[in-house]
Amino acid sequence: MLCIPSIFRPEPQPNFPSVHFSIQNFLFLLVAVAGFGLFAWQARKIRANILVGRDRDMSGNASERLNKTLLVAFGQSKMFKRLTPAFLHLIVYVGFLVINVEVIEIMVDGLFGTHRFLQFLGPLYDVLMATNEILGALVIVAVIAFWWRRNRKPPVRRFQGPELRMWPKLDANIILYVEVVLMVALFTMNTADLKLHQLRNADMPGTFPISSLLTGLFPGNETALHVLERVGWWAHIVGILCFLNYLPSSKHFHIIMAFPNVWYSRLVPQGQFSNVESITHEVKAMMDPSYQVPAPATAPDGSALAPTPFGAKDVDDLAWTNLLNAYSCTECGRCTSVCPANITGKLLSPRKIIMDTRDRVEEKYNSPLIFNPSLYGAEAKHDPQETLDKENHTLLRGYVTPEELWACTTCNACVEACPVNINPLESIIEMRRFLVLEESAAPNSLNVMFSNIENNGAPWAFSPSDRFNWADDLYVAEKETGVRS
Amino acid sequence: MEKRQITVPLMADLAAQGETPEILFWVGCAGAFDDRYKRVTRAFVRILEHVGVKYAVLGMEESCTGDPAKRAGNEFLFQMQAMQNITTLNGYGIKKVVTACPHCFNTIKNEYPALGGEYEVIHHSTFLQQLINEGRVKVEGGESYKGRRITFHDSCYLGRANDIYEAPRAVLEALDADLVEMKRSKANGLCCGAGGAQMWKEPEPGKKDVNIERTEEALATLDGNAAALASLYGVESGNEGATPAPKTNSQGSIIAVGCPFCMTMMSDGVKNKERENNVQVFDLAELVASAEGLNA
Repeated sequence: MLCIPSIFRPEPQPNFPSVHFSIQNFLFLLVAVAGFGLFAWQARKIRANILVGRDRDMSGNASERLNKTLLVAFGQSKMFKRLTPAFLHLIVYVGFLVINVEVIEIMVDGLFGTHRFLQFLGPLYDVLMATNEILGALVIVAVIAFWWRRNRKPPVRRFQGPELRMWPKLDANIILYVEVVLMVALFTMNTADLKLHQLRNADMPGTFPISSLLTGLFPGNETALHVLERVGWWAHIVGILCFLNYLPSSKHFHIIMAFPNVWYSRLVPQGQFSNVESITHEVKAMMDPSYQVPAPATAPDGSALAPTPFGAKDVDDLAWTNLLNAYSCTECGRCTSVCPANITGKLLSPRKIIMDTRDRVEEKYNSPLIFNPSLYGAEAKHDPQETLDKENHTLLRGYVTPEELWACTTCNACVEACPVNINPLESIIEMRRFLVLEESAAPNSLNVMFSNIENNGAPWAFSPSDRFNWADDLYVAEKETGVRS
Repeated sequence: MEKRQITVPLMADLAAQGETPEILFWVGCAGAFDDRYKRVTRAFVRILEHVGVKYAVLGMEESCTGDPAKRAGNEFLFQMQAMQNITTLNGYGIKKVVTACPHCFNTIKNEYPALGGEYEVIHHSTFLQQLINEGRVKVEGGESYKGRRITFHDSCYLGRANDIYEAPRAVLEALDADLVEMKRSKANGLCCGAGGAQMWKEPEPGKKDVNIERTEEALATLDGNAAALASLYGVESGNEGATPAPKTNSQGSIIAVGCPFCMTMMSDGVKNKERENNVQVFDLAELVASAEGLNA
């Protein structure tokens, strides 16, 4: 099976890739169908998880959304606030995009028994293969740098923190190891193929600047080279399919979810907090008794639905976009590293709130294939653990404590810092709303502020009748140019 | 020097005379009650009087915009306040609002429209920039800030919340001062610690107060103290700008702000660091009014 009959491998015919079918192609078909099928099954579960969130109309503004997606997601614009990781990440990102062209070739070759099907591209194929090889080598360098930044003592500050223990730490390293394995498989395949051609004095389609340096390391035996070429080929494609199915359990899912997440970014100014319409109806009715409050929504059978609580106690009280945020997070920690509360030693970490949201939605609804929050211990992310409410395992109190929420200054630094436009602040405010409006559980000093506003129209205890005192005894120097006409 | 007493025009009086002002000056609670920020309100009114713009204030008819309530999660109280203010503003047919508070600015500009209050809302930094650009304010004839070292602390609700970074800097540039930037500035600016209703509560347990962290950064920037900047935890997160040249005599250095809460937090920070003798915290309007020689 591994020795390709020479009749199907004639001397080079650059424009007509040879075609032959074997059991390998059938096997590949099975593997590919299984790999993509499993991923589709997982994707459906995750889609369902995201849609447990409250409805929010994000339609419209297609051109603005497209621009944002091109700039922020495809163009990585927000990554370039920090140059070193931006360049390292750019290598891996461009490598991912370009090497995927070769994956298309692998798929076609695998299904139809062609060999290097894209070689009909001629000189373009040379460029493509050369680019792939150089990017592949750079990816290995970048991944080593990433590994060092995470695993040195102490690591880069944003890779510390209680939420990065256990599974998240392991996950980050697994991703890096897999990427190296995939690149090594690619080079094994290319080098073996190149050496086979050299032994036969045949022209190899494509240009391989890295593999051509490695041929000396490979054996001079054709059978061994065939085996190595096939091992590299299979390892690369099976590795990719396995990695694809690992994504839903991993922070690496961002390579897919970043794009829809940026598309569904908020387009309003960052300072604008959402309006709670149900409250608007109540307030209008209070101020104007003739105001008609719209009838509450009913279930399809006409029965009354349970009233929606104000704010968020659990993941299904958040908007679906907040849950999409959670699936787009790659736990890079830029949010936490710029958070004024976190910088000054408070418990709040915006990244943890996003990670908690994903853990909780998977605990309550569908788990992906590999990651199961109950196995990896959500509590491990929280320090100190005794402040968590283990009886009521909702997002609020079971994962995120009021102490974290009340430390937020709503400064939007986390929102600004996120390279894929995740908004931790929205979730924080929704949980604050639940604490205040459903539980009256604001810190006492804030309750004093609320009653000052109610009674005095100001957050401090000043008499409203003193509001205009600032204008007493006010003089301005008269200047010739400034005399009022 | 001649001086003139100002009778601040009340909207109710103007309306009674059938007049409409060009702008409504929204004073805000801090501008009306906080002793330190009242000086900003007075400075801004001096500028309005000086350029002869037709303005009015609501006086006792003004009420909290509801910003602190909304940030703290009390949406109900926020909307009560908002509707009350919108009723007042719409009743007078107000079209254009100018305010010296970024929190009032953000709330009226971004959050009132959904509740029926649509106005052109301008922060005083933008308004001052316009006056300078139009030549109506020349920033001369009063105190000279030429060569004095000033750093501007971005308010979150002006900067990140509403993308206003250039207007306050343009105002300061007109002073011909030695303007230096903190490493964490503009979109990477560090909060003073008072936003999100923190102004009214004790901070959660931690190892430092946010305003101390920010004041240390401002002071190290004004001093051009590279070692102090490097030791600041987290400065790595903002890479903008180089460290200014060292300045051993920081006499007369200024932290400029455009927000009442930043003013409180930075002033407290400077006091905590025992630097009040050589570093002062001023609002943009105070600097302009004093440079223009309007104080009387």
